[in-house]
Amino acid sequence: MRSLLLRRIRNHLMTALCGLGVLLALAPLASLLWLVVSRGLPGLSLSFFTALPTPVGEPGGGVGNAVVGTGMLVSLACLLGLPLGVGAGVFLAERGDGLFGRTVRFTAEVFSGVPSIVVGIVAYGLVVVPMHHFSALAGALALALLMVPTLSRSTEELVRLVPGSLREASLALGVPQWKTSLRIVLRTARGGIVTAALLAVARAAGETAPLLFTTLNNQYWNLRPDQPTASLTVQIFNYAISPYEDWHQKAWSAALVLLLVVGGLNLLARIAMRNSLGSHR
Amino acid sequence: MSAAAPPKIRVEGLDAWFGETHAVRDVSLDVRPLSVLAVIGPSGCGKSTFLRCLNRMHELVPGGRATGKVTLDGEDLYARGVDPVSIRRRVGMVFQRPNPFPTMTIADNVSAGLRLNGWKGRLEEIVERCLRQAALWDEVKDRLHSPATSLSGGQQQRLCIARALAVEPEVLLMDEPASALDPIATARVEELMHELKARYTIVVVTHNMQQAARVSDQTAFFYMGELVEVGDTETIFTNPREQRTEDYVTGKFG
Ligand SMILES: Nc1ncnc2c1ncn2[C@@H]1O[C@H](COP(=O)(O)OP(=O)(O)OP(=O)(O)O)[C@@H](O)[C@H]1O
Ligand SMILES: [Mg+2]
Repeated sequence: MRSLLLRRIRNHLMTALCGLGVLLALAPLASLLWLVVSRGLPGLSLSFFTALPTPVGEPGGGVGNAVVGTGMLVSLACLLGLPLGVGAGVFLAERGDGLFGRTVRFTAEVFSGVPSIVVGIVAYGLVVVPMHHFSALAGALALALLMVPTLSRSTEELVRLVPGSLREASLALGVPQWKTSLRIVLRTARGGIVTAALLAVARAAGETAPLLFTTLNNQYWNLRPDQPTASLTVQIFNYAISPYEDWHQKAWSAALVLLLVVGGLNLLARIAMRNSLGSHR
Repeated sequence: MSAAAPPKIRVEGLDAWFGETHAVRDVSLDVRPLSVLAVIGPSGCGKSTFLRCLNRMHELVPGGRATGKVTLDGEDLYARGVDPVSIRRRVGMVFQRPNPFPTMTIADNVSAGLRLNGWKGRLEEIVERCLRQAALWDEVKDRLHSPATSLSGGQQQRLCIARALAVEPEVLLMDEPASALDPIATARVEELMHELKARYTIVVVTHNMQQAARVSDQTAFFYMGELVEVGDTETIFTNPREQRTEDYVTGKFG
């Protein structure tokens, strides 16, 4: 009887401790959210999303070109990074047991640990130097290089989860291996891969370091990939390190916009995941 | 069927390995056209491996290797330059556990083989014909576009049979097709084999002696990778040559 009581007390104590731990871990996150929302909200208006930035001291203005720029950068990065990442993942899962596959997997692992600023330098060397000027293309290449390793690893794991019996069913129908990989295996893993891709896109949208000396920045609208381009993250960085009070305000508001974009992508990823699970039950 | 008709499948000196494991040892036998051959034997004796050598699925397993000769209508499946993909179109397979494609509807599962192989044309009639052949049509005709996973296990297995029939193979390999089914569904599948025999040559692995006796024309008894005896089903069950066969079919061991 006594030991039962003791065990109950210990149980409650431990539960309380764990709860406390959760609160402690959540506190910085909550305060961050609170800070960004409370500081950023006053500067938000419709024109903040649509207008060009204004010079110091001039009121109004926005980050419209940065929103568009981030969209363009991320889209360009997806064009290169998604097929490469997903393709490499499928290859690793289906044929990656040989020496070549192991080498690719090892390289991807090393790559996913490389700091993003280093990837930025690589893109600088590969694109900016030969072109003689900064461009969205260079930044997109850096973002794509950052997406590929993690995306290929998560794709590989998702593809490996597809039961071998489905692969066999398709092969036994006289469907060639490559077609089985693309039309049956990839199709079955699709929901999970969409989720992984959205998370990779969200991460890319929040990168600053690899853009600093690849896309640089731009005070005007730009839709040409071979030109320097504004992006939300670099814009926040520039506003934040400036000595001006109204630019600090704009940094907070732009940070809030970025948070909304990234949060929205994460939310989409969750919905995609739920849907893909639902369709299999 | 006259005894002199050339065999549909002839296996000569077939050996199969998993790495170092010698799973099938020097097996030779003939399968008559439009007949059912039952393969029986204790668990692990190489029945599935033997079956998977007949459509070159065995070599897909890591470490899987086969030597010997398997001819289909006189054509060697293991000769140089033979494309295993084209073999698998002629020799269909139904697996022990139903494995419909979970992302596809019932109708799409049936036509999957045709669609994936680039066949263009009307699929509705083929879907209906194959589902009828697999004795599933009446149960699913009102929900052809629901997910295949919404079917029961027995229905899924018949769906897999319909899927295998749709690519019009000449031979159908069935690996314990009824082992996951209840007695009613099992009876359906057995009935089905009787009907399918009119158009296909069937090789079926089974653990169920009564089933082997009911559905097959010939029976092969495997033991530890070797073919102990093959002959007319009636002979194997009533008057086998080998003592081991008799012991197995009468349930003395295995
Ligand atoms: N993937 C594999 N890797 C290595 N060895 C295997 C593999 N599959 C089967 N084996 C071995 O090959 C031998 C034959 O296996 P097989 O699956 O053909 O037996 P079976 O007669 O079909 O048995 P069961 O009646 O249990 O299905 C067994 O000794 C088994 O352990
Ligand atoms: Mg087996």
